Amino acid sequence: MSQIENVSRRRFLKGAFGAGALILAVRYLPPMLLHGHATAGQSDADRAAFHPNLFVGIQQDGTVYIVAHRSEMGTTIRTSLPLVLADELDADWKRVKIDQAIGDKRYGDQNTDGSQSVRRFYDTMRECGAAARWMLIQAAAEHWNVAASECSTEQHTLVHKLSGRRTGYGELASKAARITVPKREQLQLKQPSEWRYVGKGMTSVDLEKLCTGKAMYGMDARLDGMLYASIEHPPVFGGKIESIDDQEALKVPGVHHAVRIDPFKPPAAFQPLGGVAVIADNTWAAFQGRKKLKIIWNNGPNQSYDSVEYKKELIETAHKPGKLIRSVGDVDNAFPTGKNVLEADYYVPLLSHVPMEPMVALAEFKDGKVAAWAPTQNPQAVQAIVSSELSIPIEDVVCHVTLLGGGFGRKSKPDYVAEAAVLSKKLGRPVKVVWTREDDVKFDYYNAVAAMYMKAAVDGKGKPTAWLQRSVFPPITSIFDVNAVYGDSPHLAQGWTDLPYDLPNIQIENGPARAHVRIGWLRSVANIYHAFAIQCFTDELAHRANRDPVEYMLDLLGPPRTLDFTNVEYPNYGADYKTYPWETGRLRKVIEMVADRSGWAKKKSTKGHGFGFAAHRSFLTYAATVVEVEVGDDGEIRIPRVDTALDAGLVVNPEATRAQFEGAVVFGTSIVRSGEITAKNGVIQQSNFNDYPVARINEVPTQTNVYITESSAPPSGVGEPGVPPFVAAFCNAIFAATGKRVRDLPLSSNSLFG
Amino acid sequence: MVKLKVNGMDRSFDGDPKMPLLWYVRDILQLTGTKFGCGIALCGACTVHKNGEAIRSCITPMSAAADSDIRTIEDLGANGLHPLQQAWMEMNVPQCGYCQSGQIMQALSLLKSNSHPADHEIDDAMSGNICRCGTYQRIRKAIKLAAGKIA
Repeated sequence: MSQIENVSRRRFLKGAFGAGALILAVRYLPPMLLHGHATAGQSDADRAAFHPNLFVGIQQDGTVYIVAHRSEMGTTIRTSLPLVLADELDADWKRVKIDQAIGDKRYGDQNTDGSQSVRRFYDTMRECGAAARWMLIQAAAEHWNVAASECSTEQHTLVHKLSGRRTGYGELASKAARITVPKREQLQLKQPSEWRYVGKGMTSVDLEKLCTGKAMYGMDARLDGMLYASIEHPPVFGGKIESIDDQEALKVPGVHHAVRIDPFKPPAAFQPLGGVAVIADNTWAAFQGRKKLKIIWNNGPNQSYDSVEYKKELIETAHKPGKLIRSVGDVDNAFPTGKNVLEADYYVPLLSHVPMEPMVALAEFKDGKVAAWAPTQNPQAVQAIVSSELSIPIEDVVCHVTLLGGGFGRKSKPDYVAEAAVLSKKLGRPVKVVWTREDDVKFDYYNAVAAMYMKAAVDGKGKPTAWLQRSVFPPITSIFDVNAVYGDSPHLAQGWTDLPYDLPNIQIENGPARAHVRIGWLRSVANIYHAFAIQCFTDELAHRANRDPVEYMLDLLGPPRTLDFTNVEYPNYGADYKTYPWETGRLRKVIEMVADRSGWAKKKSTKGHGFGFAAHRSFLTYAATVVEVEVGDDGEIRIPRVDTALDAGLVVNPEATRAQFEGAVVFGTSIVRSGEITAKNGVIQQSNFNDYPVARINEVPTQTNVYITESSAPPSGVGEPGVPPFVAAFCNAIFAATGKRVRDLPLSSNSLFG
Repeated sequence: MVKLKVNGMDRSFDGDPKMPLLWYVRDILQLTGTKFGCGIALCGACTVHKNGEAIRSCITPMSAAADSDIRTIEDLGANGLHPLQQAWMEMNVPQCGYCQSGQIMQALSLLKSNSHPADHEIDDAMSGNICRCGTYQRIRKAIKLAAGKIA
């Protein structure tokens, strides 16, 4: 629900507009109060507030300003959402300027996470554009003293066809600003055939800057008189300082201070981890000074954390009955004893985000207020944590959002911005905190390590008569509640609760696991390990039955139907289930599409050359992937080709969508080949791209083809859904080429492959 | 005192000669197009040219940059977009864009020594430059497109 307001005479956008410009705001109620991510991390006030939100403004010179309130980390969202508004406004995109919003709850949700920017704001953007256009038409009618019904628009121009009169948007902006805002019923939204931009897309408004080094990231933020900080964090999560000797550090030229940052009070949430900050004239001096610190730590209870032992515990837990999540029929009585039962354990380790831009933030504390410049996915969370760390009102925290040098979920957690604010208050100067890559790898909010136990009994055709799946992973909610050990429903719903197979007996369970590091969202999150287990296990069953994996999966999906989650906790990524039902028919269609386009029927795997397949719904989007691999005699794995078909409902920006799915397979390649964070004595053992390698140009698919389904369904996510089916299809292809089943990720640590 | 040329301008630096060129360029000269990604020459985000060759500025101390001609991404587009930058735009390469300065500077170095690189030559030359967004397929296409334009 939204209500558009005329704020032309109020000063919402200070300085951006001259007197007389038309400026519209939207009073906005988020369509769903249940956020698919981060429910525990956000205050109720954030989610429930009714507040003005998006703005469009038209200057007398015809310039149209559109506010981008979501963060740009490479998805092109800063372009795609404003494009929707511009289309309904019938604006000329060349005359549109984008204003990046600061953090402000009046914009509604700004946490650019969970592949939901377009789906949550598509309608609002359309209505806002249409309302402005309606007001311009009323203004034109008054101006020409004709009926509004005789007036229309043509790309930034108002037209009265009967008399041939035309005038620009800018000329009538002041008049339009005095028109009453239309009610929703009065709005005439464009028909799809009239769309100029939606469905056709546009390259990023920042494209040239991105290619010339002129784009400004958080790393590039600068204030006069600012100091640089590098922080030595406790090596073990929850550790505290016993003693510090900073004498040698302070002798380093350019170093000014060594400043303690208090440890967090559990639960950690988005608080700084604590530690010692070395403050200097430039980044390098701060790094050098920090190396000279001598700190004795009290490592606390997590120092016994050992990821090898932990893995064994997870697998053991997964073998015991867990908490029931969903059941169909009666699995206990359906499992026969004997040879028609297959069991398998799947495992995915902790994963790190490692965006190319490490964590960085600039903050200035002045006169009791904070201004921060940060590459953040969630500027309102920046406001919240800075406000609580410094005990100042939330309104006194201004968060400017820079471009992000990658995010992948890490930059939804603003601990690093809080560090800059805390230090600026202590030092009375602007402070820029720069994390090293080592800091980034060692102090991440990792994607959860997970063990999945799978068991199926099959009939004579190899089709399951009973299916049991049990997952165990330390939940993300543990950063908000130290006692949380079970998966929360939003994350179980990421490809686990919603097993789409049409089988008579299904049991879905989850077991407990305590976290010893910070767990967080990473591109496609729990779908990574859930889809890996389900889609690879399905492939195992297909091969065991000597059946084609695509045909087998279609058989398991059964006839097209809407999944029924009556009496099952299924948050559906925070979306209304009536609007975004789980339709197996849509998954079937992308499976058929990818099989067709990849030539699946003619592809026969041979030794050293395999084809793998997987399909998965995540973030309300259906995707199916075929991967081709070649495995050399030396075990080297190449990926000549990947085909992915997707149904993301209405796709606003197809080019950006293709790019996201191309990127997703590269992200997935890193997960399969080498993604693994381990810990010993509570200390993370990886540090940089040498021991936490990510895929390079010579290791990724040579060719990735993306096929987008034409759909009139409401828009769904595109940033994340490419990852889960690729990971599973890649592993299935490796099996097809080698006969070796990948149940433990990554390959680099798997004794069958490493 | 270290004397050098950066993007054609004479510069002198009297700070710690062990400071990497990266931080001199970014923090002192405020040329922020060159990026910090790993600090130990593993990712290539910091790639600049020294006397016409691609180097990793994050491990190049100022003492090693003395008397050299340093060129950064800011220099490449100074007189209109370079064919590589045009190709990067045409293929819509960047996602977040953070690594792309380094990618382009590395690609420039490749095309200087090999005007029509094959796929495997591109892979060899570019494998030191990480793109976490995964734009590699487009980087390959853009390099080939630019190679055609330069030749």
